[in-house]
Amino acid sequence: MADLLAHLQAHVREAAANASPVAIRAGNTKSHLVGRYCHARPLDVGDHRGVIDYQPDELVISARAGTPLPELESVLAEHNQVLPFEPPRYGGRATLGGTLACNLSGPARPWLGSVRDAVLGVQLINGEAQVLNVGGKVMKNVAGYDVSRLQAGALGTLGVITQIHLKVLPRAQATQTLAYEMTASQALETMCSRAREPRPLTGACWVNNRLFLRLAGAASAVRHTASQWGGEQLDDEIWSQLREMSHPFFAGKAPLWRLSTAPNAPHCEGVEQCIDWGGAQRWLRGEARSLDLPRGAHLSLFAGGDRDTEVRGALDPVQQRLQQRLKKSFDPAGIFNPGRLYSWM
Amino acid sequence: MNAPPAFSKQALASALRAILPAECLVEDKESQRPFECDGLSLYRELPLLVALPETVEQVQAIMQCCHRLQVPVVARGSGTGLCAGAMPHPEGVLLGLSKLNAIMEIDPQARTARVQPGVTNLSISEAVAPHGLYYGPDPSSQIACSIGGNVAENSGGVHCLKYGLTVHNLLSVEMITAQGERVELGSSGLDSPGYDLMALVTGSEGLLGVVTAVTVKLLPLPEVARVVMAGFDSVRAAGDAVGAVIAAGIIPAGLEMMDALAVQAAEDFAHAGYPRDAQAVLLCELDGTEQEVDQHIAAVERIFTEGGATTLRVSASDAERALLWKGRKSAFPAVGRMSPDYYCMDGTIPRSQVSHVLEEISRLSTKYQLRCANVFHAGDGNLHPLIMFDGGCAEQVARAEQFGAEILELSVAVGGCITGEHGVGLEKLAQMESQFSIAELHQFEDIKHAFDPALTLNPGKGIPILKRCQEYRALPRKHQHG
Repeated sequence: MADLLAHLQAHVREAAANASPVAIRAGNTKSHLVGRYCHARPLDVGDHRGVIDYQPDELVISARAGTPLPELESVLAEHNQVLPFEPPRYGGRATLGGTLACNLSGPARPWLGSVRDAVLGVQLINGEAQVLNVGGKVMKNVAGYDVSRLQAGALGTLGVITQIHLKVLPRAQATQTLAYEMTASQALETMCSRAREPRPLTGACWVNNRLFLRLAGAASAVRHTASQWGGEQLDDEIWSQLREMSHPFFAGKAPLWRLSTAPNAPHCEGVEQCIDWGGAQRWLRGEARSLDLPRGAHLSLFAGGDRDTEVRGALDPVQQRLQQRLKKSFDPAGIFNPGRLYSWM
Repeated sequence: MNAPPAFSKQALASALRAILPAECLVEDKESQRPFECDGLSLYRELPLLVALPETVEQVQAIMQCCHRLQVPVVARGSGTGLCAGAMPHPEGVLLGLSKLNAIMEIDPQARTARVQPGVTNLSISEAVAPHGLYYGPDPSSQIACSIGGNVAENSGGVHCLKYGLTVHNLLSVEMITAQGERVELGSSGLDSPGYDLMALVTGSEGLLGVVTAVTVKLLPLPEVARVVMAGFDSVRAAGDAVGAVIAAGIIPAGLEMMDALAVQAAEDFAHAGYPRDAQAVLLCELDGTEQEVDQHIAAVERIFTEGGATTLRVSASDAERALLWKGRKSAFPAVGRMSPDYYCMDGTIPRSQVSHVLEEISRLSTKYQLRCANVFHAGDGNLHPLIMFDGGCAEQVARAEQFGAEILELSVAVGGCITGEHGVGLEKLAQMESQFSIAELHQFEDIKHAFDPALTLNPGKGIPILKRCQEYRALPRKHQHG
């Protein structure tokens, strides 16, 4: 529990003055995931931690970026609330700041949203070492540009996130996992059909020829839906295995690819797969670059493989120009996490 | 850049005539009159020209033309906005997008719809209803407001707490840049490579680009929805009851509060059966499966009773639910009947501050000698005070504006913000400085420059003009009041 804002600001000021890039890190759980390797001098945010404010009946919590997720979750649990986006804790060291920067969300994402959806406001140190407070601590705030959500998935390339305000939700009263034997194509069809029904569905994944559905919400609704949908009733272990990537599918050194797509896009054959997010996120092992991908889908190298080349697809020239200019508007000297998102950024 | 415009109206008109059919270009002042303001008619201005393109290619050609001539462009959807965000620029083109009104594709299995920007919010839900789906955000103006305008303002509605704002319900948007390029932001999946430009553009009030297509996410229509209406003898008791519902782990689909004056106005107008003697009325809607709604209705009834509700009624049919909502949904026109004009504010506050803020508003009402009715999206803290005044009296207009400004500053002072869903536009520019520091405003300005280096997109709105940005072409300082 420490406030290192002034210290971090001084570091950024010095880095900017010397045009000396920094690699922002806290729990250091994701430097080999999501983005490219960043070889700059580390700037450690991990000690800038602690919950600053929590108003359970406003559904809002504020914490410093270096706060480990388990610390945040245990504060919420005292009031029977949770982080709805189910972020991976990666052994308990993953922090709130890193989670937002990487925009990592678990199996509930299509139904309860991502960390990008939950963020209400951030405090950020930009490339001119100015401390900016954008967004706020209220559910609705449309004054100014949405700089808070812009941090989600920016991999720390726009500034040092120092504080985050989040919307949280009550813990579901009851949950039930259902499992069914079926092929990937049958599973995709079933996931999409089930997601069209007004039922308390909060998870849909497929791995090893089994479809898993999770119901979560009011006990009466979960019970009733489970009795209608049938299947084998299981405990909820599969969802934490997915969330933490501790499922055997994720073991080993083979490159792990993430395909972001429309949930009803056809199954691509020819590579080992695990389907999550009701079909909208597909994990692939091995060599995926040569696969015939669904239209509008995006492939990125999540873990393993060569992380010194580009790990995500090229942008069209207009997007690339806008993104470069945006980067420059926050970080004119290019000091934050150079190369982490793209080699040219 | 401070030099007089390098083009004449005639040169601009002839360039646009080469792009648009004659009936799509409005050149004479009288025909332009309907476009002089949006839903906030305190601010009016006529543009040089009104362009009403019928295709995306025409929009793109207009943008390229305006970029070449350095002409300001103000995009407009249905004109229902409440912050003068769509007020024309006197030296620019008003780009009306209402003719781009096709629903291009519905994909029920993916739960998405691809629509043009001029499609109205409600018509999306109507078009997808046969598939058992609907579009979540539902601003009160949903019968008229367009999805393009919803994206520009990041519009909300009464269901935000559970179903989110516009930004939570989009998959992708197609945008024409200030330079006239066509670009797709977002994707068919939930993540896209690089920065989340779609999130940045949502709520950017037409300052970063012109949206020409939107892919929205759709939700399954709930099996059942019921509403609990409760009267309380104090605002504080009603506010505490709202907190108790949340603390019980229930997220209502809608949770609305009205103060005594709003209740009386709404009851006179809609005869919904609200208790006229209540100091505050709550409407709490629960949706989901039948079992879930039964369980939650019972819990909410208990909480409201224990919280001191003086009246309690649960809708027994969809007709009764519609009637209970009718009063709330017609609160604005109902207040409109009590006064020649009203001025709707839009601050958001932490919910725990509601009784304090309403007491302060009551004090300000006495100070400014203007009545004020309050409707409150209690679930998400978005407060709409409706200040009543006579627009025919300049002195009253000035008092109403000062009253409104004090309410916004009060919202910021209690930890909230100046606008929850209506946007900054022209109206709230002055209050931006009470919410943001100079460094923060400069960052916003730099973002604007990144997208629109010549500053031709909706100039003078959304973010205040700072000295650092000398070339920013300011609007005339005086606006006609009407």
